[in-house]
Amino acid sequence: MAKRDRLSGNEAVAIALRQINPDVFPAFPITPSTEIPQYFASFAANGEVDTEFIPVESEHSSMSAAIGASAAGARALTATSSCGLAYMWEELYIAASNRLPLALALVNRALSGPININCDHSDSMGARDSGWIQVYAENNQEAYDNMVQAFRISEHNDVRLPIMICQDGFITSHAVENIELLEDEEVKGFVGAYEPENYLLNPECPMAVGPYSVTDYYMEAKRNQAEGTRHVERVMLEVAEEFEKLSGRAYGLFEAYRLEDADRAVVMIGSAAGTTKDAIDKLREKGEKVGLLKIRLFRPFPADAIAEALKNVKAVAVMDRAEGYTNQGGPLGADVMSALFRARSSALAVNIVYGLGGRDVRVEDMEQVFAELKTIIDNNDAGETYRYMGVRE
Amino acid sequence: MSKHTEIRWHGRGGQGAKTAALLLADVAFQTGKYVQGFPEYGPERMGAPITAYNRISDTVIRAHSNIYDPQYVVVVDESLLETVDVTGGLKEDGAILINTERTKEEIIPHLKGYKGDVYVIDARKISMEALGKYFPNTPLLAAIVKVAEIMDKDIFLREMKASFRHKFASKPEVIDGNMKALEMAFEEVC
Repeated sequence: MAKRDRLSGNEAVAIALRQINPDVFPAFPITPSTEIPQYFASFAANGEVDTEFIPVESEHSSMSAAIGASAAGARALTATSSCGLAYMWEELYIAASNRLPLALALVNRALSGPININCDHSDSMGARDSGWIQVYAENNQEAYDNMVQAFRISEHNDVRLPIMICQDGFITSHAVENIELLEDEEVKGFVGAYEPENYLLNPECPMAVGPYSVTDYYMEAKRNQAEGTRHVERVMLEVAEEFEKLSGRAYGLFEAYRLEDADRAVVMIGSAAGTTKDAIDKLREKGEKVGLLKIRLFRPFPADAIAEALKNVKAVAVMDRAEGYTNQGGPLGADVMSALFRARSSALAVNIVYGLGGRDVRVEDMEQVFAELKTIIDNNDAGETYRYMGVRE
Repeated sequence: MSKHTEIRWHGRGGQGAKTAALLLADVAFQTGKYVQGFPEYGPERMGAPITAYNRISDTVIRAHSNIYDPQYVVVVDESLLETVDVTGGLKEDGAILINTERTKEEIIPHLKGYKGDVYVIDARKISMEALGKYFPNTPLLAAIVKVAEIMDKDIFLREMKASFRHKFASKPEVIDGNMKALEMAFEEVC
C-alpha cells in the first residue's frame, strides 16, 4: 500500500535508507547533503535501523570506510556533495575498480570557485569517468525511487559496481513536495538480503582486495571493470520493471516526454526537466511539436537508445548544468552529439550551458530555447553550437 | 477551474521564513493539495535577507523555478521594505501581508504604489503575548492561511495542533502558546 506524504528530497532519501536498513553508513556532513546522514543518525539512535553509523572526520574517510565495509561483505553507503565528492576522488576509482557494490547519495552542488552552495552538476560530472554508475532524479519521488532500486543494480552479479544516486541540491533536496512512499516491508522485500559471492570476512575463501597490479595484469583488470558496465543498462531495466510492478511507477534509462512526434527536443538532466515539461505543454497548446529527453542513467551512457529516441527530431538542444572547458560545451553535450554522429543523425544540435551555481531556470527560459531551435530549423543552420543560457555577458 | 496559488516569503536569516513556508506546505498537504515549499539560500548567515516560496495546487506541480509573479507576498521583517523589492512581480489582484506595528495606512506609502490588497499584522505583539518570545513565523503562517484562503480556520487549527504535537513532542509545554498565537493571528490580521 502506497503512503502519500510530503517530504524534502533529503528526507525522502533518508527514509529510503531507513527502509533498506544497510549494514554500514559512514558519513561526514557537507551542505546540502548533510540532512541525509543527520536524519539517518536519529533513525540509528532510535533503534529504527541496526546500521553501524560511523561519523568520520572527512569524506576521504567516509568513502574509505564504505569501501572497507563493502569489501568485508557488508551493504554500505555514504552521502556527500560538491567538495566532499572531490575529496573522495581517489576512493571513487578504488571502489569501482575493485567491483564493490556500494551506494553514494549525492546531492549535486557546484564546485568551488567561487565558493557556492547551490546546485549544478559540476561535482558528479567530474566523476563521470570514475567507473561509477550515475543515476539522476527530476524530483523527490524519483530520488526516493532511485535509491530504493540502487542496491539491486549495484549488487547484481553481472554488474558489481558502485552507484551514485544524484539529486539537485536545494532545488529538490530542500524542497518539500508530495511523494508516495512504499511500505517498509515492501522495500525490504524488493531490495532483499545482500549475499556477496566473495568477501574479505569469508574464512572459507581467503582473498585479497586492492593489491598492486603490475603492467602485465593492469589492463586485464580495467577490461574486466568495463565488462561490469556493459550489463548496467539491461540490469537497470530489469530492476525498473520489477519496481513498476511494486509501485506502479515506470522508469527507463531516460524519460521521453512528448518526444514521439517532436521536431525539436531538449536533452537535460535533473530538476529543470520538470520546468521544461511545463514549457512543452504551453507550446504544445499552440501546436508546436516540442519534446524532452530527460537523462536518468548517465553512466554508463545509453547512447544507442538515446540516438534512437531522437531519430525524428530536426533540432536538439543539449543542456549542460556544468562547464566542460573544452571550448565545445559540457559533458552531456559531448556524449549526446557523439551518439547522434554514430547513429548518422542529421539533426542540428547545439549545446547550452545553464544553471551554474544555482542560476534559476524558468519556464520562459525553456520556451526561449525551443524558439532558438525553431530559428535553427528555419535557417537550416545550427549557428553557434556552444551557447550559454541566463548569463550576463 | 483548478486553483493554483503562489506565495513568496521575504525574511531575514533566523526569523523562520523558511520554516513557515515548509509548515504551510505541510498543512496544505493535509487538505489533499499538491504542494511545494522551498527556500532560496544566499550566504547562510543570521540577519541576511532570505526568500522562501510556496506553490499550492489542485494539480501536480512540476516547475522547479523560483516564483517571480506571486499572488501573495509575506514580509516577515518590515525593514526589508526599504532594501528588497518585495512587491516585484506581485499580482495586482493579489495581496501583500506585512509584519508591522504600523497601520495599513502608514505602510502603504512604502509599497512603491502597489495597487493590490494590503494586510498588516503585529506578529511581535502576538508572539510576545502568546509565547513570551519573538517567533514571527507562527502568527504569519495563520495570517497568510486566512488572507490567501488556503483552508478553513477550524481545519487549519486542527492540523496545526497535530503538527505541533509531533514537532514539539519533547517540549509539549509550548504547544498551547503556539496554538494561541495562531488563533490570535487569525483574528487580528486586517
